[in-house]
Amino acid sequence: MSLLVALGIGLLGGAGAIGRFLLDGMVDRRVGRVFPWGTLAVNLSGALALGILAGAAVSGDALRLAGTGLIGAYTTFSTWMFESHRLGEDGRLRSGALNVVVSLVLGLAAAALGQAIGEAL
Amino acid sequence: MHVDRRELAAIFAGGFAGAIARALLVEALPSDPSRWPWATFVANITGALLLGYFTTRLQERLPLSAYRRPLLGTGLCGALTTFSTMQLEVLRMLDHGAAGLAAGYAAASIVAGFLAVALATNLVRRTPLAA
Repeated sequence: MSLLVALGIGLLGGAGAIGRFLLDGMVDRRVGRVFPWGTLAVNLSGALALGILAGAAVSGDALRLAGTGLIGAYTTFSTWMFESHRLGEDGRLRSGALNVVVSLVLGLAAAALGQAIGEAL
Repeated sequence: MHVDRRELAAIFAGGFAGAIARALLVEALPSDPSRWPWATFVANITGALLLGYFTTRLQERLPLSAYRRPLLGTGLCGALTTFSTMQLEVLRMLDHGAAGLAAGYAAASIVAGFLAVALATNLVRRTPLAA
């Protein structure tokens, strides 16, 4: 990985993080904070996008920049776990468990769908 | 919609650092679908631990700060960790017929990630408030 690619990953990572923040905020304003819909929307759209890259056999520096940098920073594992934990703490165990399971199942489906789209491109 | 430019700058700076940190991990710990994806696993569990620590401290222990949470939480931890790569890795394991590895990896990530948040949260809460 060259210095230039590392810099590009950083710049795209910053953009991905901002994209996540904006979409998360937009979804939460529409449907409320009762369930972490914003993070789910971010993670599912990101899994779909990364699946498309994988299906289209994008590799090397292009994958480092778009996959690790942009989409990797856009989606988040830590917030997914954090929000599930806080739902449990608030006594909403079912919502917390549902957040874990639904994200995982739909995330796999989104990645598989993306991969099929990428292969067809 | 109101946008706080300095908040966005803080998120960008954190995302910049988090994405490069994970790229270096991926470089150091290459992976293929037949093996445990250590780079993603280490990034995700470390990020969950840090997010639990930062967020609990910022919400419950430190004076209100407008830019620490966007910098460290949304930016750094959000970009260091990844949901999309984890899902693609599980999918690839399944495609390669490694269903046991796929299930073990998904379960271990979720259990360890959840415990990391819980551990960091409790550590912060046990520390007495500074005078």
